[in-house]
Amino acid sequence: MNPGRKRQVRLVVSLTLAVLLAGGLIYTSFSAADEALTPTQLLARAKTDLSYQLTGTVVKGSVRRLPGGVLDFSLADRAGGGRAVPVIYTGAVPDPFRVGRELIVTVSKRGRDFVAAPGSMITKCPSKYSPAPSTKST
Amino acid sequence: MAVVGRAVLVVALLTTLFGITAALYGARHGRRDWVDAGRRSVYALAVILTVAFALLEVAFIDNDFAFNTVANDSSLTTPLFYRAAAMWGSQEGSLLLWVWLLSLWSSLAVFLTRNRLREVVPYAVSVLLGFGAFFTSLLVFFATPFGTTTPAPTNGVGLDPLLRNPSMMIHPPMLYSGYTFFTIPFAFAVGALITRRVDAEWIQVARRFALASWLFLGVGILLGARWAYSEIGWGGYWGWDAVENAALMPWLISTAFLHSIMIQEKRGMLKIWNASLVLAASTLAILGTFLVRSGILSSIHAFGASTLGIPFVVLIAVMVIGSIYLVVSRRDVLRSEHRLDSLFSREAAFMLNNVLLVGLTFVIFWGTFFPLISEVATGTQSVVGTPWFDRYTVPLALMLVLLSGIGPVIPWRRATLAKARRNFALPLVAAAAMLIASFTVLPISSSVPTVALFCCVAFVFASVGQEFWRGWRARRATSGDSPPRALISMVRRNRRRYGGYIVHVGLAVLFVGVAASSTFSRTQFVNLQKGQSTVVGGYKMTNVRPTAAIVTDPTSTGALLTLGVIMRVTHDGRYVTTLHPVAQYYDDETGGEGPVGSLIGGDSVSTLSLHSSFRRDISAAIDAPDIQSELQGEINHANTLVLDERSEGAVAQTKLSYYLLAAIAGGYVRHPPAAPLKLASSPLVMWLWLGALVVFAGGLIAIWPTAGVSGRVRARYLARVAHELGRA
Amino acid sequence: MTVVLGILAITVLLVFIIWFVSGPLRHPASAAPTQNSQQRALEAARDAKYAEIRDTELDYRTGKLSEEDFRTLDRQLRAEAVEILRSLDKLR
Repeated sequence: MNPGRKRQVRLVVSLTLAVLLAGGLIYTSFSAADEALTPTQLLARAKTDLSYQLTGTVVKGSVRRLPGGVLDFSLADRAGGGRAVPVIYTGAVPDPFRVGRELIVTVSKRGRDFVAAPGSMITKCPSKYSPAPSTKST
Repeated sequence: MAVVGRAVLVVALLTTLFGITAALYGARHGRRDWVDAGRRSVYALAVILTVAFALLEVAFIDNDFAFNTVANDSSLTTPLFYRAAAMWGSQEGSLLLWVWLLSLWSSLAVFLTRNRLREVVPYAVSVLLGFGAFFTSLLVFFATPFGTTTPAPTNGVGLDPLLRNPSMMIHPPMLYSGYTFFTIPFAFAVGALITRRVDAEWIQVARRFALASWLFLGVGILLGARWAYSEIGWGGYWGWDAVENAALMPWLISTAFLHSIMIQEKRGMLKIWNASLVLAASTLAILGTFLVRSGILSSIHAFGASTLGIPFVVLIAVMVIGSIYLVVSRRDVLRSEHRLDSLFSREAAFMLNNVLLVGLTFVIFWGTFFPLISEVATGTQSVVGTPWFDRYTVPLALMLVLLSGIGPVIPWRRATLAKARRNFALPLVAAAAMLIASFTVLPISSSVPTVALFCCVAFVFASVGQEFWRGWRARRATSGDSPPRALISMVRRNRRRYGGYIVHVGLAVLFVGVAASSTFSRTQFVNLQKGQSTVVGGYKMTNVRPTAAIVTDPTSTGALLTLGVIMRVTHDGRYVTTLHPVAQYYDDETGGEGPVGSLIGGDSVSTLSLHSSFRRDISAAIDAPDIQSELQGEINHANTLVLDERSEGAVAQTKLSYYLLAAIAGGYVRHPPAAPLKLASSPLVMWLWLGALVVFAGGLIAIWPTAGVSGRVRARYLARVAHELGRA
Repeated sequence: MTVVLGILAITVLLVFIIWFVSGPLRHPASAAPTQNSQQRALEAARDAKYAEIRDTELDYRTGKLSEEDFRTLDRQLRAEAVEILRSLDKLR
């Protein structure tokens, strides 16, 4: 095989490999991903034992610290209204966690409860860059 | 003063527009004086923006709450250090910081190229001023930092306590310096492509600027990781968060460029590839700037949605389309001069390095933007988590580390088998020795990726060590220098090579820290009563006693109440350290919780108390107890007491509030509740930071300007070459 | 009063900027003489070639190249350097 042909073959092989790997990557991303839902959507659609990414606002009066480092709280839609989702959470609680703040947590449905993946809570910083009113009154 | 600030920004915008016109006019008509006017516009922009920056800083330091940004991000109780840093806590202030840094680095770039790349500089200047014009227009038309409210509020909202960390002073400026510096190689690449001068001179300049961007951005990323490590709920030093990824991607691409540009320099190959890499890295940097403030992706940094989304998308689209157009239309100048000689050569190793780095960037890009991609594909947003990222990035990182040990030992063009056997013998032996150690001496055999990494690291250490040894020996032989001098002069005369080797070693050390701490950390969430203890990773941690401080903040962040726990750590009965985790409570600046409740009604912050050693980090943090609910009774009672004394006047009320706060704190100390603690023992975290320092030291060595080939050496070469001339 | 000061400050800044930026336009003679871009490109190529020659020698001394490979490569690189020097000479 002359050098030119060898190079062509090399190119085709590497491109095919790249496409295959990228394809594998893309395929697994869809199967490994968690759907991002609001509390209302979650209550409507959640299937048992699948995990979802839940975004909601902490409902007033719903926060309880249970023995063993467990945190119990409910999340409701940001817009308000709709039913709240009770979440059982273990793991690190980020500092901004408060009633009325928005947060993201990965949950899965076990029986009738929603159990959070340990340490999966992400709070959103009280919005500084947003023109909407922040949670602090000025 | 605010009006002056706005006027200054308008002057800045006009200067950029004039500079662009002048530089382009001078380039088209060959008028050197107009080009120089354009260059001077860059310097002028730096001066003007410094004035604007100073104006805003003074407003923050003076607590001028008429300014909206000051009222939103600072307060009377925010300490001076954090007032100064609060300037870039807001969208507008951070944009001003960004464009100010852009003007500074652009001035540096224009100054350094004042006698070079004559044809390219006018276009580069226009592009840099173009970026300046974009960001200044944002500041003038969309997000002014000099907006005011009359009448001025008497107090501000305060800097988010989560940001009251010394890193706030240095991480954003460093990170922004990295991002802004990327516009420079972009500008020079665009200029070089327009003028079709993609030659040796451009390579020299482009490489220097790319290396500087790489350094700055790397330091910015590292500072962010260090900060995240010390905050609760930030996912440790790396969480594959959208904003973290956004900063890493341009860094990876520029790493690829720094390698492949050497191939272009030596063999005239990969010109299209290199031009594309430079343009892509800079576009990713602008994309990163956009992601932080757009709110289109959920992130721990989640700065919320903003109105700036559309202008940024337009800018990025212009950069992408423009880059593609330039590369395609100039492909005749970008044709390769040579072809790859052998798959067993340094060129091939660098190409593989590029493939791996671009692949890694693609994985990160895909995972980061997956919520948007899945929304387009399926209608709902879906997120991929850390396990997915790790699944693909870990093998790629392993291969890169291994490659970084192969590259130094393999020659250009073609390696011979005999030489390869000699050169790879020691590194392979080292890797094998590490493999044996992993199953005998080291406690890591339970994790295959960790064992694999340790072996690759041993390989790298051995191959780089071998290179240093042989080079030093050769230098001693040719120069007869004393051993230490030979080492120094060897590195000095080959800065790029040995600086690069040091970077590889640093990277290996860094990955050792990453592997060990992510695989073998032990964390516990536990409630400990006073006197109780627990064991984490072999270390016994005891809650000794509670602590409380009011008004004076031991960490100087302006917290009014600091509650903590003293933890004693022992190992096998021997004392190791004392940790003092605290939870800090801040004024909510609104008075909404009553006079006493509001003193501590603001956000609370819990910071890691850390004991770092070479072998492991031991940390404790309080999962900030909800003061409001735990002590609500006492706070309500205190509020009532203070309000009852309203007739005594505001000063007396404040004094009483503090007195009652002290009483509450005292109550906490006398009858402490069980402390909710997060305890962790993480091995080899220090290696991460040390490795990063070594990487940056290597980068500095590589970028340090050589005096050029010294006169004596040059004369020697000239003589030899003249000899050839005579022969030919 | 502050309004007047503000206007004054802006005016001063504006005047300074205009004076500074227009400097080259008012004194065109002070601009440096244009250097031949081709010459600069060749000089950069020459420096790169010298660095490559030294790098190759270092590669040989650290055992990555056999003596035979080194001699061939060294000769080739020096010939390429000679070409560049010849082109430079032609320009001068």
